[in-house]
Amino acid sequence: MSEPTIHRSLPLAAISAFAVIAILPLFLSDWISFLIALALAKGAVVLGVVLLLRGGLISFGHALYFAIGAYAVGFLANRFGIGEALVGLPLATIISALVAAALGLLLMRFRGIYFAMLSLALSMILYTVLIKFYDFSGGTDGLSVRGFTLAGATPARPGLVQYYLVLGLTAAVIYVGARFLASPLGYLMQAVRYNEIRIEYLGASANHAILGSYVVSGAISGLGGALVAYLIGHVSPELAFWVSSGDFVFVAVLGGTGSVFAPFIGSIAFEFVKNYALKFSPSTWQLTLGVFLLVVIYFQPQGLWGLLTRLRAKPQ
Amino acid sequence: MIDVQNVSRAFGMLRAVDDVSLSVGEGETVGIIGTNGSGKTTLLNLITGYLQPTSGRIVFQGTDITGLSPRRVTALGMARSFQIPQLYTGLTVLDNILIAIATHSGRSADFWTPIYRSDCVTKADELLALFGLRDRAAATVSDLPEGGRKVLDVALSVILEPKVLLMDEPTSGVSARDKFSVMDTLMPALKRGRVTTIFVEHDLDIMERYAERAVAFDGGKIIADGPVADVLARPEVRRAVLGEG
Repeated sequence: MSEPTIHRSLPLAAISAFAVIAILPLFLSDWISFLIALALAKGAVVLGVVLLLRGGLISFGHALYFAIGAYAVGFLANRFGIGEALVGLPLATIISALVAAALGLLLMRFRGIYFAMLSLALSMILYTVLIKFYDFSGGTDGLSVRGFTLAGATPARPGLVQYYLVLGLTAAVIYVGARFLASPLGYLMQAVRYNEIRIEYLGASANHAILGSYVVSGAISGLGGALVAYLIGHVSPELAFWVSSGDFVFVAVLGGTGSVFAPFIGSIAFEFVKNYALKFSPSTWQLTLGVFLLVVIYFQPQGLWGLLTRLRAKPQ
Repeated sequence: MIDVQNVSRAFGMLRAVDDVSLSVGEGETVGIIGTNGSGKTTLLNLITGYLQPTSGRIVFQGTDITGLSPRRVTALGMARSFQIPQLYTGLTVLDNILIAIATHSGRSADFWTPIYRSDCVTKADELLALFGLRDRAAATVSDLPEGGRKVLDVALSVILEPKVLLMDEPTSGVSARDKFSVMDTLMPALKRGRVTTIFVEHDLDIMERYAERAVAFDGGKIIADGPVADVLARPEVRRAVLGEG
């Protein structure tokens, strides 16, 4: 008996995809490379949303961790003059995990709309704090993230170095996500969606499963936020705004929840559709995005990942 | 091993379990019979922490477990299966078994080791063979027939290697051909392991074949308790439970 998943042949496909993405900067303009890096970094946050979605929990407040990760490197660079990514990225991940652990103790008791709304409220509290405490956060101006270094070196082409940094960490996040989904906690999180009574009668705790998943989810979302901060070079309260959280849920639905790759595919599609919609139809770009999602949901309810797996399955 | 002491449970004006006292010793196999609504399932729910008694106390191996959560009761060595199977319907049969194996081995917080570990899969395979589910291992639970779900529900509780196993109508929905084969495999194994077994059952064939002691319920009260043949022969049991006379 073996694991009945669709992921058996994926490592080769994934390595091929990463190889293609790795050589793209040689052929594409800087702004498209930037867009891909931005999409991959935000994909980590979407993966955080997906980990919870598999348990039937919708977080409408994941911009909280996105912003915490981003502001962690923002403070480090702006207030302490430390732009070192090898310091900022682990710090942002750890702080996000700790905040997720603290807030998870509260959130793990809620399900459905209550979980969604409470997570939204928590992210909006952070948004308000970032807006109101100007001396602390820079208010609506935000903070600039200057002096990016990697292993002590200031790169001649920071954009390119950041691109490969994001790519490498995306691979790491996908690996961690895949291990999580295949682990007892990952399966138990799915079990939460189907039957909490049985979980309790197996001697486990549905709340603890949610808490554990929430911490993992918060940590990788914080990492995604930190990467975005380095890429953009600036952090602002909009990162914590509810629209950001909505975007992550939007992309999670767009990409699908069937694989750890799905959030990144969804995120790349989202960023490109959004940017080209803005370019060609600046006053109705939201309409374009909405129609795009409606079409995907109508014809492919399992998201873009479902479309890819269907296309892969057809030749057989 | 289990002492139910003057336990009552009321739902509004209805006393579903009314001042019930019951002692079950280690290794005993007790069958509970009664009509629908007589309080059998409510008693199981009270013992396993799903419901809190209105009054009375429940003692398990000298520990007062009254009001403890199902998780804590399970941790003490009690497991149960349900009248309506409680399963992860969107997952496969094998997934259900592996989740139970992982949680029983204390790995429910493990987010790194695959749940499909070879030793766990081997153990799951043996269990699926024991319960006749091997050829349905990859099936999604929602696609299983009612009987298959029932058997899986019992299998999940057996994985926990409990000291006490409570089963609520373990063979209802299982085909006449399969119910004896499952019980013929399961009950001697429980007996060998000196597992105290309490099961609720409507099927008198099952009751006579596997129970050593029968407890008859009517109107939330125990109306008879003793050897199966004696209990089933009593006029008040035949009248209340079997609807005779």
